[in-house]
Amino acid sequence: MKKMGDMLLRRDAFSEIVMGNTAIVRAMVEAGTRVVSSYPGSPTPEIALAIQSIPENDRPFYFEFSTNEKVATELAYGAAVNGHLSTVFFKSVGLNVAADTFVQLSLMNIIGGMVVVLGDDPGANSSQNEQDNRHFAHMSYTPVLEPADPAEVYHFYREAARLSQTHRMPVILRLTTHVCHAKERVTFGAWNPVQPGDTPQFDPANGPYLPLTTQAIEMKRTAMAKLEQVRQWAEETALNRVVDNGNTARGVITMGLPFLSLMDALDGAAAKPDILKLAYVHPLPRKTIVRFLSSHRVVKILEELDDLVENQIKVMAFDLQLPVKIIGKLLPEDWIGEYTPDKVGHVLSATWPDMVQPAATLEAEDPAPHRPPQMCPGCGHRSAFQAIKQALAPTDITVADIGCHTLGFLPPYEMGQLLMCMGASTAMASGLRLFNTSRKVVAFMGDSTFFHAALPGIINAIFNRHPITLILMENGTTAMTGHQDHAASGRNFNEVTDKIPVRQVLEGLGVKHIAEVDTYQQAKLAELVSEMIAIDQFSVVIARHPCMLKFTREQRKNPTYQQKHVTIDQRVCERIHTCIESFGCPTFTRDTEGNVSINTDLCIGDASCIQTCPTKAIAPAGKKGKGGDA
Amino acid sequence: MKAFNIYLTGVGGQGIGLISEVILRATDHGGHPVKSVDTHGLAQRGGIVVSQIRIGENAFSPLVPAGQADLVISLERHEALRAAGTVLKDKGCLIYYNTVWQPLSVRLNETAEVAESDIQDLCRARGIQVISVFHEDLPDIRMQNMAVLAEIHRHRMIPGIDLKHYQSAMADLMSGSMLKENRELFDKCLTA
Repeated sequence: MKKMGDMLLRRDAFSEIVMGNTAIVRAMVEAGTRVVSSYPGSPTPEIALAIQSIPENDRPFYFEFSTNEKVATELAYGAAVNGHLSTVFFKSVGLNVAADTFVQLSLMNIIGGMVVVLGDDPGANSSQNEQDNRHFAHMSYTPVLEPADPAEVYHFYREAARLSQTHRMPVILRLTTHVCHAKERVTFGAWNPVQPGDTPQFDPANGPYLPLTTQAIEMKRTAMAKLEQVRQWAEETALNRVVDNGNTARGVITMGLPFLSLMDALDGAAAKPDILKLAYVHPLPRKTIVRFLSSHRVVKILEELDDLVENQIKVMAFDLQLPVKIIGKLLPEDWIGEYTPDKVGHVLSATWPDMVQPAATLEAEDPAPHRPPQMCPGCGHRSAFQAIKQALAPTDITVADIGCHTLGFLPPYEMGQLLMCMGASTAMASGLRLFNTSRKVVAFMGDSTFFHAALPGIINAIFNRHPITLILMENGTTAMTGHQDHAASGRNFNEVTDKIPVRQVLEGLGVKHIAEVDTYQQAKLAELVSEMIAIDQFSVVIARHPCMLKFTREQRKNPTYQQKHVTIDQRVCERIHTCIESFGCPTFTRDTEGNVSINTDLCIGDASCIQTCPTKAIAPAGKKGKGGDA
Repeated sequence: MKAFNIYLTGVGGQGIGLISEVILRATDHGGHPVKSVDTHGLAQRGGIVVSQIRIGENAFSPLVPAGQADLVISLERHEALRAAGTVLKDKGCLIYYNTVWQPLSVRLNETAEVAESDIQDLCRARGIQVISVFHEDLPDIRMQNMAVLAEIHRHRMIPGIDLKHYQSAMADLMSGSMLKENRELFDKCLTA
């Protein structure tokens, strides 16, 4: 078996099949990156998995999962102004969290260099929106490189690092979901480790590093001047691509993964257009673009999400009075969704109907029942929702937050009726409680989110006396993104560390009403929630159960592990269907006659369901019914 | 030459990632240009997990265009029907492991469970070759993927991949008892 960690540290040049999220780690190694930080979020967590494959003692750089994206950005910045090439990576909406710091970075003289790796998510595959983070780049005068595949991820990171070190400025490497997760054979260069100089290089004379009113304007001038210098890099880089199909009538300017979709969409097309694929999407290589515009009669700008490149190119053509016709976005749908080969086929056929036929099968009807994601068998959140629902009136308001427990909004639970972003539930709930004495308001929160962004909302609820109930769904890990440790885990990415227990934090903040229970004790949990929502002050219920997916995976590593499951005594079962229709564990299977059986492939034998059966028909496997409480 | 497109599907937890990577690497060992992409994140929690593989010089994006899959590999019956209905070409091939993980609406009695006949009807109407795999006695449900892989090879469903390529790919990805057990099952299914 090939070990990823060994591969990432090879001294010789080699090639290997890797995903984009792995290729970038080899690029970090070769570039001499010294400090890397992150907060987990799809599509980027596998970058950390690749880093983890290198034993900490062999790792040529420091890595940590920080408490949130803003903290991670500040850490990477601090290291970079001390002379270390640094990198921070996180998902699309992570930049919103980091924004307060991020927008200042370009004002600073970042002597070590700093690459900001964004995992944008066109199509909102696993995010609450599909925001186009290039807007932040424009707002902050920050260059952006946009690779299309794993090989480009590797080369573009190297370029971003060189650019950042040369101009001492932040550079964005903008990845998207299917660039992060694409796999292909990538050819890597050799790695000649250089002994890093660890003398702290920070010197205020390299600044100013204080963007106060007197300085901020001058610092902006410097940032803008640096960005103009980068434009020259964008012109001269070997990373731009031209596909010359000998077509002087029609050209396409595009970038990133949409370029590959375009190549697919043009398969079999008559009279293919010439293509200019940009490596830098900010700042744009003006001369290169003008040359392309000048040598074609009609140019299509094929751009995923918003029309930032399109508008700039139209300005160039207008200012120079170029005789080219530029076709940008035509329909509102052109701003929406990932530019897959199918989508690009549609965009292209709307532009040039004679060139490309849209795929007739795009709208093919799905013949199978919809399958939404759901909580895993044994998930403590399922027991929690089952219990909490008993304690609330149907008109009460439940506010969700980000995490696996967000899935509680689905039937049969329908718990969590509003969702915004990380840590937002407590303050939204506080607002919903104003001028409202008739409907109780309950907020949910995961434990990683608690540390990430929830504390200001919680402190506000205490400070301003908002009488809501917060239910902390504590599973001991950052489950949705792949079980990363957090501040209450007792481990960080690299070592054992002090736990910061959620309860002690709440007590320290002065929360007077705190209850705590394992969610498998459903009756007790329901009772505690009833008690807490009756109190006219801010209260917290810590609803705890370890993530069973993580727990079961760890158990399976034990050679003596045997999968347990429950069974249903058909003589006792009265087909009331509480197990299916209220508790809703995916393990329960219903046949056409309404009989319930156990899918033993799925069941982990956690037995949390036993207490939900009104007739006590469920029992641990091998035992008959009347199995008693879990 | 047209790209050869493979669409793998199933439910989170069934081992789509491993069978996909074995095929990806086997294709590479066979000397063909290949790329793939997997679903990660939220959908893995009991939702649909998809992996796509594209083989050939003329495959650019790792995403298979709608209706352009030459081969659909499903580890679950509902997902077999879904993928056959939405991404498989007419006259393409469908291979699926005949197990059922009921979607929520089936469990809630809102929709009917997909039957084997639903798949056969759809495939007959569109000239799709269909192979259903099931083993009563697998030592571990996480080996269903290897049983399917053996059938894929037995029927030579992916052009240009030989036995030795599959074997090398498995050795790239597994070691110790996991490799031994999966290889044994794969070999046993081949000779069955």
